[in-house]
Formats: sequence, structure tokens, C-alpha cells
Amino acid sequence: MLLALAWTTLTRHRTRTLLAILGVAVSAAMLLDMVMLSSGMRQSFRSLLLSRGFQIRLSPKGTLPFDTEATMADAGAAVNTLRADREIVAVSPVLGGQLHVAMRAGALASVALGVEPDVQGDYELVEGRAPAAPNELVASDDFLRAASARLGDTLAAGAGFDPQLQALARRRSLIVVGRARFFYMPAGQRAVALPLGTLQQMQGPAARDRVSFFMVKAAPAANIEAVRRRIERALPQVTVVSTETAMRQVDERLSYFRQLAVILGAVSLAVGFLLVTTLVTVSVNERLGEIVVMRAIGVLRTRVVVQIVLEGMAIMIAGAPLGLGLGLATARYLNSILASFPGLPAAIDFFLFEPHDAWTALGLLTVVGILAGIYPSWRAAALPIATTLREEAI
Amino acid sequence: MPAVLSARDLHREYHMGAELVRAVRGVSLDVAEGDYLAIVGPSGCGKSTLLNLLGGIDRPSAGTVTIRDQRLDQMRDADLTRFRLYHLGFVFQRFYLMPALTALENVELPMAEAKVEKRARRERARTLLSYVGLDGRHAHRPAQLSGGEQQRVAIARAVVTDPDLLVADEPTGDLDARSAVEILTLLRELNRAFAKTVVMVTHDPRAERFVDAVVHLDKGVLVNGTGGTP
Repeated sequence: MLLALAWTTLTRHRTRTLLAILGVAVSAAMLLDMVMLSSGMRQSFRSLLLSRGFQIRLSPKGTLPFDTEATMADAGAAVNTLRADREIVAVSPVLGGQLHVAMRAGALASVALGVEPDVQGDYELVEGRAPAAPNELVASDDFLRAASARLGDTLAAGAGFDPQLQALARRRSLIVVGRARFFYMPAGQRAVALPLGTLQQMQGPAARDRVSFFMVKAAPAANIEAVRRRIERALPQVTVVSTETAMRQVDERLSYFRQLAVILGAVSLAVGFLLVTTLVTVSVNERLGEIVVMRAIGVLRTRVVVQIVLEGMAIMIAGAPLGLGLGLATARYLNSILASFPGLPAAIDFFLFEPHDAWTALGLLTVVGILAGIYPSWRAAALPIATTLREEAI
Repeated sequence: MPAVLSARDLHREYHMGAELVRAVRGVSLDVAEGDYLAIVGPSGCGKSTLLNLLGGIDRPSAGTVTIRDQRLDQMRDADLTRFRLYHLGFVFQRFYLMPALTALENVELPMAEAKVEKRARRERARTLLSYVGLDGRHAHRPAQLSGGEQQRVAIARAVVTDPDLLVADEPTGDLDARSAVEILTLLRELNRAFAKTVVMVTHDPRAERFVDAVVHLDKGVLVNGTGGTP
């Protein structure tokens, strides 16, 4: 009967209840978005780093991968050293550079990655195949659109372009054999991947046996930190970063995001709390007579409190699923804005939805709903019966 | 007949601003089983305050109230609330039905609180509503009932747990003349047919012909009575 009483009390003032539910939905949406934001980018980045299973990255000493244009010499020897470690199952060397493609007027520049196609972890084929010959490449959709190229086309390309001479440096003909999605490229970035040796040749003698960084995959049962330390000892000329080390650095850089998310999440909870408290207080003040009569006829104080708290919780719980939908829609929109941040890989999401985020938000809302109803309900249930009836009669 | 209700040297004082109001001053009273007692007096004499003390919805500043040998003034709040549920029935001037519930649900409310099984409480509620003349109005909400009908529902609610004592505070105060007589008659029938002990506060002059005894209260003091045991 308490449930029935709570329900009928809420439906007595439908408009007011509906507005409260909508208000809670907005609050819940913001809370969910902040919960998603507080962990989304970190989770997304971690997933990205581990997307192809590579747990360790090697870059020139003192740098992070692609932080600078620095490269490492003696790449071949380094690869041999790494592959000699029994706990290392794959080594992917990567050379970064530029590729210029001859167009009718001038040349089109794009980012170029020199990789070993069999072990690469930089792209995923969408159509076609990986390069199997030195004169083949795969390209991103942005590149193909800009170059007006399709699978099977042969492109005149070079590692550099002299605008005065209108000539490509170290020109080669390259065939587009695949269309790929590049994990670490920002949205809109033109990118190609070709065999490592081809790009090294195109960059000239200075690039011989040089790479920008390595990605290393350890065996599933390996202790990653132990592998990382062994590599550091074997190759003192490089910086060795495990996913966990990278994540710690990411955490430091993202800490302000998390602080912002926590503060805004707390604000949204506070707004929800105040909204429900206000509504319950107004509702209780309108029916003080009913409440004390319930006490007079023998309804225990705690049960009166439970009935009123149920009203507050009902509003929160009704608003929560609406808030979930609104929050997901808002997150998608905000993500699309933030994802265009310059230099950020397109694969990074700021708002990443995990089911436990929804449960966390729902749990917080439920607790807040209970707390919001407790004070006004306890206050009402503790009113002196006779005095209140007399005042209500006036 | 043994006393159902016994009050000894009751006092009730409260502050209104700087002023100390002594609403009830040294009232002693016994009400026997099956009595139908009216407490009358001028407006502001402390009738309702006395009734609230006798019904356990207010605490005396001094003195004792005993119902069936149980001291109300010594009970903790939860125990007193439970005592009211099983031993007391209340009828108020303003009815105080739950507007969100139907007539049937209003009558069921005390039984629901007493954990009576749903089918049984529904059956009893229907029976009582029929007894008070509200057949076919079970599904009506209070707003759809007249004042007299609402008070009938309130009376049905007050007796649904078969209490030892029915306490009525100006039950005809908000009713027209015809409805007032109907309510007084109904209370009389409950008293006669079911030996319900009724204590009623009223300043309705018609009430005196329905009751067994009348006690007069003036400025918080019992002045005299006709019948009853002051």
C-alpha cells in the first residue's frame, strides 16, 4: 500500500512530476557523460595501444614515438637483438616520413609509414591487400580522395618535391593495392603505408637502416616490465616504453580532464539532489495533514518516511533511463567535437561507454534519490500530530 | 462496567510566544466500556486538546492516561503509534481521508498497516462501507464524495481494526444539518449495536440527545457533567 500511495501521490500532479523527471534526466545525462569522460579517453587510448597486441614501444632516446623527426640507426641489428629474446614474439619497425604524389598541378603530400607488412600494427585493411612487393602501398580514404586514386592505380611518388623545379625527389611508381584505416592518424589525415625498405630508399642514403620506432609484442605469459628492462639493457640508445608506462604518462596529461569530469559530475549530482529535495519538500508541505493523520491512525514514523522516500526514488529511477539515452546522444555529439582536436588519433574517443558506467551513474542517482527524500520526510514524520492538525485546520 | 479509558489529573501546557497556555488543567475522567460520552464547552476551552490527550496523539504535561490498563503517557513513540493502530479509532472534523486513495483503500489503510492479508482486508472494508451506507461508492475518491459521505468513510476507517475506543473530534463540524444528524446516528448505532465506546468532542447542540453522558469543560477544567464520571 505504501508503493500505491507513493505512486498515486506522484500522479496527482502529473506536470510537476514530469518536469522533475525531465530535470533528473538532464542531471543524469550530465552525470553519465562525466563518468564516461573521466575514464573514456584513458580506456580508449589503452585500447588503441593494445589494439594489435604490441605492449612495448621503442623510440630514439629521450623521445616518445613521433614526438620528433629523430630516427634510430642500425635498425637491422636492433631487430635481431629483439628477436633473440625468447619472450618477444613480434617486432615491427616503423619509419615515418612524407610521400609526395604528382598531381596535375604540383604534388600532393601525405604522411608515409614504412613498415614490414607481415608484422605491422599501424593500420587495418578495409579493402584490397597488404603490400607484397616493394612498389606497392596501401592508403587511407582521405589520401585516395585527395589523389583521386583507386585500388590498382599507379602513382608517381617521391619522398620530396621541389616546387620550383616541379620535380619529385627520388621518384618511384607505386601501385595502390589496399585501402586501410590508420589507427594513430588524426581524422582527415592523408596517410599511406609502404614497405620499410622502399621508404628508406626513397628517403636516400641518410635513411639507410634507420627507423623512427619499433613496436614489440611479448608472449602472452611474459612479464612485460621484465621484458622492457631487458630491452633497455640490451639497447641503451633507445627509450623503451611499455603500455603501462605510456598510460602513466597519459594519466598525468589527462589528470585535468578527470578533475573537470569529477567536479562537473558532482555538480550534476548536486543539482539532481536539490531538484528532488525541493519537489519532495513541496509535496510534503502540501499534505502535512495527511501525513500526521497517517501517524494518528497508527502508521509508524519509519513507514511514513519510506513512503515519501519512495516518491523521491521513483522520480530518480524514472529519470535515469531517459538520462541514459540523452547522455549517450550528448556524448556522441561532444565526442565528435573533441575528436577534431589537432593531432589526436581519430581512433581515440573521449567518451567511451562501458555498461558499468551506466550502473555507476544509476547507483549514484539512487543513493542521491534516497538522501534527497530523507530529510523532508523525516522532518514531516516527526511533526507533533495534534499541533500540526490544529495548524492545518486554521 | 470496567473503565476502558481512565485519565487522572491531566495537564497540558504549551508556549505561544512568551505566553504559557494551560489548555487542560487537572482533568480526571473515567469512561466505561460501551459508554458514549460527549465533551462540550465553549470555543477555546481545551476540548480538542483533552481529546488529543485521551486519544494518545498528544503527550500530557502531567497526569496519566490509561486505556485497558496500559499507560499511554509512558509509551515510546513507536509503541504508542502501534497502540493507536490496534486500540483507537479517530474521526476528525475535516475527515482527513487520503485524497489519492479510493474510499475502499482509505478504509483498508489501517489494516494494511496491521499486515492483514489483502483479500481479508478488502472483504472487511467492503462490509464496513456497506454498513455505513456507501455501497457502490468503493471506487470513488474523496473528491467525488460529499462531506457526509467522506465522514462515513472516515468512520469506517476508524472502526476497521475493531478498536477499544472511538475518538471523534467535532465529527459534524463541517457538515450540513442533515448529514450531521446522519453521522451522529451512525455513531449511535455503532455504540448500541457493537458496544463501541465513543468519546466525542462537539459543540453541536443536537449531539446531546444521541449520547449517554455529557461532561462540560471550561478553561481546561471539567466543570460538571451529566452522567459519566469526572
